[in-house]
Amino acid sequence: MKHSQQYRAKPEHQEKLGFPGDLVDNWQQKAVEKMGDLLNKNRALRVYMDACVKCGACTDKCHYFLGTGDPKNMPVARQDLFRQVYRRHFTISGKLFPGLVGAKDFDDEVLDDWYKYFHQCSQCRRCSVFCPYGIDTAEVSMAARDVMDHIGIGTKYTNEILGKVHDIGNNLGLPQAALINTMEGLEEDVEEDTGVAVKYPVDQKGADVLLITPSADFFAEPHVDGLIGYGKVFHQAGISWTTSSYASEAANFAMFIGSYEQMHKVANRIRKAALDLGAKRIIFGECGHAWRVAYSFLNTLAGPWDFLDPKYPVPQHILEFTYDLMQRGALNLDPTANDDKVVTFHDSCNVARASRMGDVPGGQFEIPRNVIKTVVNKFVEMDPETTREKTFCCGGGGGLLTDDIMELRVKGALPRMEALQNVVDNFGVTHMAAICAICKSQFTKVMPYYGFSMDMINSVHQLVGDAILLGTKE
Amino acid sequence: MSLLTVIYALAFYFAVALFVIGLAVRIRLYAVTPAPLKIPVMPAPLTKTGVVFRLAREVTFFESLFKSNKWTWIFAILFHAGLLLVFARHLRYFTQPVWEWVVLVQPFGIYGGMAMVAGLLGLWGRRIVVERVRYITNPSDHLMLALLALIGASGLSMKFFAHTDIISVKAFCLGLLRFDWQPLPADAPLLIHLGAVIVLFIVFPFSKLLHAPGVFFAPSRNQVDDARDKRHLAAWAAPMDAQRDA
Ligand code: SF4
Ligand code: SF4
Repeated sequence: MKHSQQYRAKPEHQEKLGFPGDLVDNWQQKAVEKMGDLLNKNRALRVYMDACVKCGACTDKCHYFLGTGDPKNMPVARQDLFRQVYRRHFTISGKLFPGLVGAKDFDDEVLDDWYKYFHQCSQCRRCSVFCPYGIDTAEVSMAARDVMDHIGIGTKYTNEILGKVHDIGNNLGLPQAALINTMEGLEEDVEEDTGVAVKYPVDQKGADVLLITPSADFFAEPHVDGLIGYGKVFHQAGISWTTSSYASEAANFAMFIGSYEQMHKVANRIRKAALDLGAKRIIFGECGHAWRVAYSFLNTLAGPWDFLDPKYPVPQHILEFTYDLMQRGALNLDPTANDDKVVTFHDSCNVARASRMGDVPGGQFEIPRNVIKTVVNKFVEMDPETTREKTFCCGGGGGLLTDDIMELRVKGALPRMEALQNVVDNFGVTHMAAICAICKSQFTKVMPYYGFSMDMINSVHQLVGDAILLGTKE
Repeated sequence: MSLLTVIYALAFYFAVALFVIGLAVRIRLYAVTPAPLKIPVMPAPLTKTGVVFRLAREVTFFESLFKSNKWTWIFAILFHAGLLLVFARHLRYFTQPVWEWVVLVQPFGIYGGMAMVAGLLGLWGRRIVVERVRYITNPSDHLMLALLALIGASGLSMKFFAHTDIISVKAFCLGLLRFDWQPLPADAPLLIHLGAVIVLFIVFPFSKLLHAPGVFFAPSRNQVDDARDKRHLAAWAAPMDAQRDA
């Protein structure tokens, strides 16, 4: 996919994050310095550069390779774009015998490949599952993007969005007034629908739960149905909650550009919001990359969380929360409300391979399924080669959810679409539930290319929300 | 003492020293480089014991490779298991008296040698026949296979075609260990065999053979899944906490 590339970030978007506005003059030298810095700061990168034996086990595992057929989209070939420069500048063999070991100087052509192909990796980690050494191309992509940002080359999509988070608190740039307005609108809709006054609070001090959810939940379809669902669950369980206009974003896009500093900054907005509002628990809404940063990194980046209620893990996933309520019988549910649907479940890549739910390994696979099966009578699994830790990315993760590269997104969705087609044809599946804002956005956009309707994709909490018998537990 | 013996003896000392020091430097580098964030690939074990089992499955059964590609797995297992047997068999050249268990595995060493070469040829074949794998292959990947195949083939040839005076070989090996050099028989297959082994020792710390220590240091495999329970703060990242406003 040589012709596919994202728009470059403008100088103002770069500088806002502390990166040079445009390609710096001595960029080769600066890039190599940054690589050295990252190699010394990140064991994963250090080990992954050396350990690959070119066995090829990962070559046919990436959805972008399967969709595009471009050999540079094979995970090892993608890593090799980094490795060739690493070899040249950081290894004896590459300094002495570059041709032999595939070492190359960092020239314009290599940089061009870096920009294109490191932005054709959704950092889904599927390749890492199959590599005998666990080599994680996502880590290499992140490092490469970090290097590129440091010499002045970033993508408009992620870096502009990060600027909005720093200014306003979310990726979409929704200010407090707009959030309050949206939430009031939801309250009216739900009351009209159900006759019950469910609250959708913003910035409510003293609420027990601080809900951090992807900002897409505030306005996009089908995301917002998930947000409606969370509200119904909180309502019926009688737990006070709030969102925060200061930290109104779960998805930490800084992970996509591999910047620890940026990730730290964004994550600490959540800490501040929790302290300011006096929350006792933090719960994350449905989003894959958000949950990865939350589950795996939040404690490190923004902890310690000793001011929160120690009874609950920090943070909790909304599905852990809802599932716990279900098990304790705190929710009145009628699964026949979803009898018009035959549902399958798409494991979001970052939830599946980079995080957990509950307290046993693999809880991130079981809990969503258990929740769905509690509120839906007809549930069907897709091909096991495409689910759980082997799941395929939707094709839009890792900072690729931009129309600049629509063709790549469509092709990257191919393996998931094939698995879906299979259960549609054989089991009459009508809906696919997902728990990631990016998956939901990506699928609504690309499913029509495969002959599916865009409303086939659902939030899990929409299914929950539809099954809740409001007005029966208060 | 022949010049040949001197050259081989010195080359052996040089190669082994380079191997040990080079590897130690590399392993130290892996060990001291911080892993700033928890990145185990899930589902991951919740305890250190679990991690030990996970890694043990990786290095003994090549679990992940098994999931990925059965052909590569078969050839890789043939090669590595064969190598292990061959290695055990070769201990007889360095021990006096020969350990009991080495005597017992002795006869299997030969099959190990065959398996090793068969595995290598399989892996090499894949590299040539499978287009995807050919694409990612560098000249050094072929050279590495050639070197290992040469070691295996020359070793087997001494068993089946051109017998060497193994009593003398053993005397030479023990002499190296005891710094009391003994003459090395001047047989071509033996000289090729030992020469290739010397080269292998030398390239090891500078090549992809670093996958051997590397597998133990991959954070995606060796980390415990406990990110919510414990902060995992790297020394270089810790000062950032002072800058946050709260
Ligand atoms: S992380 Fe995912 S997108 Fe990136 S190379 Fe691996 S399989 Fe492909
Ligand atoms: S599976 Fe791992 S070792 Fe094999 S080629 Fe891919 S990255 Fe390299």
